[in-house]
Amino acid sequence: MNLNAFITETDIEGEAGGPLDGTTVAVKDNISTEGVPTTCGSRMLEDYEAPYDATVVERLTEAGGTIVGKANMDEFGMGTTTETSYFGPTKNPVDEERVPGGSSGGSAAAVAAGEADVALGSDTGGSVRAPAAFCGVVGIKPTYGLVSRYGLVAYANSLEQIGPIAPTVEEAAELLDVIAGPDPRDGTTRDEGADSDYAGAAEGDVDGLTVGVPRELVEGADDRVVERFEASLDDLRAQGGETVEVDLPSCEYAVAAYYVIAMSEASSNLARFDGVRYGNSGGFDGNWNETFAAARSEGFGDEVKRRILLGTYALSAGYHDKYYKQAQEARSWVKQDFDEAFEDVDVLASPTMPVLPPKLGESLDDPVQMYLADANTTPANLANLPAISVPAGEADGLPVGLQFVGPKFGEETIVNAAAAVEEHGN
Amino acid sequence: MTDAVDAEEIRHVADLARLDLADDEVGEFVDQFGAILEHFEQLEEVPEVDADPDLVNVMRPDEVEESLTQAEALANAEETEDGRFKGPNVS
Repeated sequence: MNLNAFITETDIEGEAGGPLDGTTVAVKDNISTEGVPTTCGSRMLEDYEAPYDATVVERLTEAGGTIVGKANMDEFGMGTTTETSYFGPTKNPVDEERVPGGSSGGSAAAVAAGEADVALGSDTGGSVRAPAAFCGVVGIKPTYGLVSRYGLVAYANSLEQIGPIAPTVEEAAELLDVIAGPDPRDGTTRDEGADSDYAGAAEGDVDGLTVGVPRELVEGADDRVVERFEASLDDLRAQGGETVEVDLPSCEYAVAAYYVIAMSEASSNLARFDGVRYGNSGGFDGNWNETFAAARSEGFGDEVKRRILLGTYALSAGYHDKYYKQAQEARSWVKQDFDEAFEDVDVLASPTMPVLPPKLGESLDDPVQMYLADANTTPANLANLPAISVPAGEADGLPVGLQFVGPKFGEETIVNAAAAVEEHGN
Repeated sequence: MTDAVDAEEIRHVADLARLDLADDEVGEFVDQFGAILEHFEQLEEVPEVDADPDLVNVMRPDEVEESLTQAEALANAEETEDGRFKGPNVS
């Protein structure tokens, strides 16, 4: 069985005696790892070897983790299925005819198949939670600023966070404890993650917990997904939790707002790939613009080109106000909606993905359909909030993920709630 | 009403983004962008939100610290000359 979970297999041993001593870790291939390829799933960086470690990689190895591979991913994180990787798609270990989700599909597949004990992914619009849901494992998107992005190759930096993927809530929380905390090399990090004990919060004690269920994030989902989701809510109520319906009208606009902002940031971030300092070279004949265009056209795949072009378009004169400015308004609205919801509830629950994992090859022809699969995950990125996907049983033999979103730096709350779902899932 | 994006506009944006596109790519993007931009147009319905910006500047003294050596910084370049990156002609 070859799932194609890794782009590069490695054997980078950590220091002895730490909390991750003896733990094998898969690291998404957009996280810089000194001396080994860091390709971002792209032909552009096929031969690129990072000259330094990302802060999270330093923390992993200092904690004793052994890095066993650089995990496959959608090219530059742009995709929800891991099919846009230049190195071929990753298969879902639960059903090899299906996608593992994305963009951190290699990370989730490696954990689900036991090829690594735990993994790191990155989540810009759901890229940790989607593959966790599709592969039947746990994934956490931390509050923006909890984890250093130093050494993470940028796609849309106002939205993304590095996050853990693991078989259980407690192991995911333990890995988050290792990587969280301020970093002088990332000015957006905050102090809240220092000396954390998220693993200790994985108690599953929901007695008295108020769980808000946003109507907008349940209505559009596949009936089989909703059935499993409702069964998990029944379990939570049986354990003393209270569920209440809430309205988040802004979330109807989350996918559009997310894609406009992410594509706009991507068009700027990926301008650095000109083939001169690193990456696929356009050669040295012809002028500056011609050789840069040659390098980029050859190095980038279709989805990356699509997003760069749309981002350039959305930021161009005459369209900026219509798309980018309105997307920022929508982002503020989403934040406000969540803030108001958390005045009345402790956490929000929804299906992580509105669909079951699609078959390989089914998703790529229709970009809008693929983007809409991110309907439930993108709001947390727009609002900078922590979110977790936890297995909530299966439908038709395929994993269903339940997502909790918490208030800013409320990682302990979502970890605790997810542990309650995990204990009663089947 | 959707802003229909035609082939000429796609080529113009591609030029701005330094991407060469083949003719069949241009045709495909014309079709797809129509559908994607139509979806984005719902953002026009979004109300104005009175939000307090929660951003502050984070400053620190500019101090010399350990960094990559020149050789390390150049290691991934296709070509270098006299310890510098080599690029194509500017003109």
